[in-house]
Amino acid sequence: MYAFEYQRPKSVADAVAALAKSGGKALAGGQSLVGAMKLRLANPGTIVDLSGIAELRGIKKEGDAIVIGALTTHAEVASSSVVKQSIPALAAVAEGIGDRQVRNRGTLGGSIANNDPAADYPAAVLALGATVHTNKRKIIADDFFKGMYETALAADEIITAVSFPVPKKAAYMKFPQPASRFALVGVFVAQTGGGTRVAVTGAAPHVHRASTIEAALSKSFTADAAKAVKIPADHLNNDIHGSAAYRAHLVSVMASRAVAAAG
Amino acid sequence: MSVSLSLTVNDEAVNAQVDARTLLVDFIRNNLALTGTHVGCDTGQCGACTVLVDGNAVKACTILAVQANGSKITTIEGLAKNGELHPMQAAFKDCHGLQCGFCTPGMVLSAIDLVQRHPDADEATIRAELEGNLCRCTGYQNIVKAIAQGAAAMRG
Repeated sequence: MYAFEYQRPKSVADAVAALAKSGGKALAGGQSLVGAMKLRLANPGTIVDLSGIAELRGIKKEGDAIVIGALTTHAEVASSSVVKQSIPALAAVAEGIGDRQVRNRGTLGGSIANNDPAADYPAAVLALGATVHTNKRKIIADDFFKGMYETALAADEIITAVSFPVPKKAAYMKFPQPASRFALVGVFVAQTGGGTRVAVTGAAPHVHRASTIEAALSKSFTADAAKAVKIPADHLNNDIHGSAAYRAHLVSVMASRAVAAAG
Repeated sequence: MSVSLSLTVNDEAVNAQVDARTLLVDFIRNNLALTGTHVGCDTGQCGACTVLVDGNAVKACTILAVQANGSKITTIEGLAKNGELHPMQAAFKDCHGLQCGFCTPGMVLSAIDLVQRHPDADEATIRAELEGNLCRCTGYQNIVKAIAQGAAAMRG
């Protein structure tokens, strides 16, 4: 790992100022960033450690939404009675990320800011029509995920919380790559106030909505309807873990399993 | 950049100056000479470096030492008290829950984290919770048996 300057601010305002001044990177749980720095894939000159900012933690119900602080760990989301009661599918997503040790450190904000093409949380955020709160604005999920490891965040912008509207029904199904346990394909299906939303992770360079499956499920919210949709393999990932055609097939299958699980 | 650390390791206060890029596992092994915490894959997969940070199992190869500043760390060396093995260590010994032993410190610490949350864990839960700990000898059978026995002993 290359050397870096280290700062641990106590407030969001101080963290934003530190990022703006240094051009550095924000560190949440570090389950992706520390690994990337060890491999010298990331080489930030300054690390701004967010762990001292208490206001970034916590889970609360606000009206018809669950608001989760950006530094809340996967383990905390998975075991939260508020989340389990209102959006059990979201608790299940958190429980399925990585392994126990990763869930003890990894955070919601860190996961979506990183926007790994095979990460689980982006699918939940997109399918549930969540809103990402930052220090300067609120970004709807449809505008947040921009590309492979790319988001709408500015370099000195920090996610403070994510607000998840409580859906009528929702479920996530993941087909894990057997060694890494990352999603070869993961599909989150939700019946929301804004209609049926289906988000796919792992299959393409970044999380995206499966509009043809959404259309089919809007007519008939059944596992068969999802399974009958043929997903084109163009633009899907094609690598040693699975061909694009295989992933395309898995999208429909995982969507149908998610519909069945959503009930 | 040098940073000051002040933390508790195995119930002892530790103060040190380290380079900010020092990983927790390297701090534990090199600065504190506690070599029971192993480095296996060094990429956050195998769990041989698992320690408890404020009671939670964490992979010490994927956290900076400075991120653990102010925390209470427990390594494998901190489990035995007054020469008596921790019940989970005793169970691993009784059940021969190890072959080469390289993964064992991480397994034992993950097991303790697991039992704190699932005191009555069944076999399926134990296997699922061990996802982050790999045994390259593939000796899982006795590891799972040891954790069930250790859990019973920890319940008292």
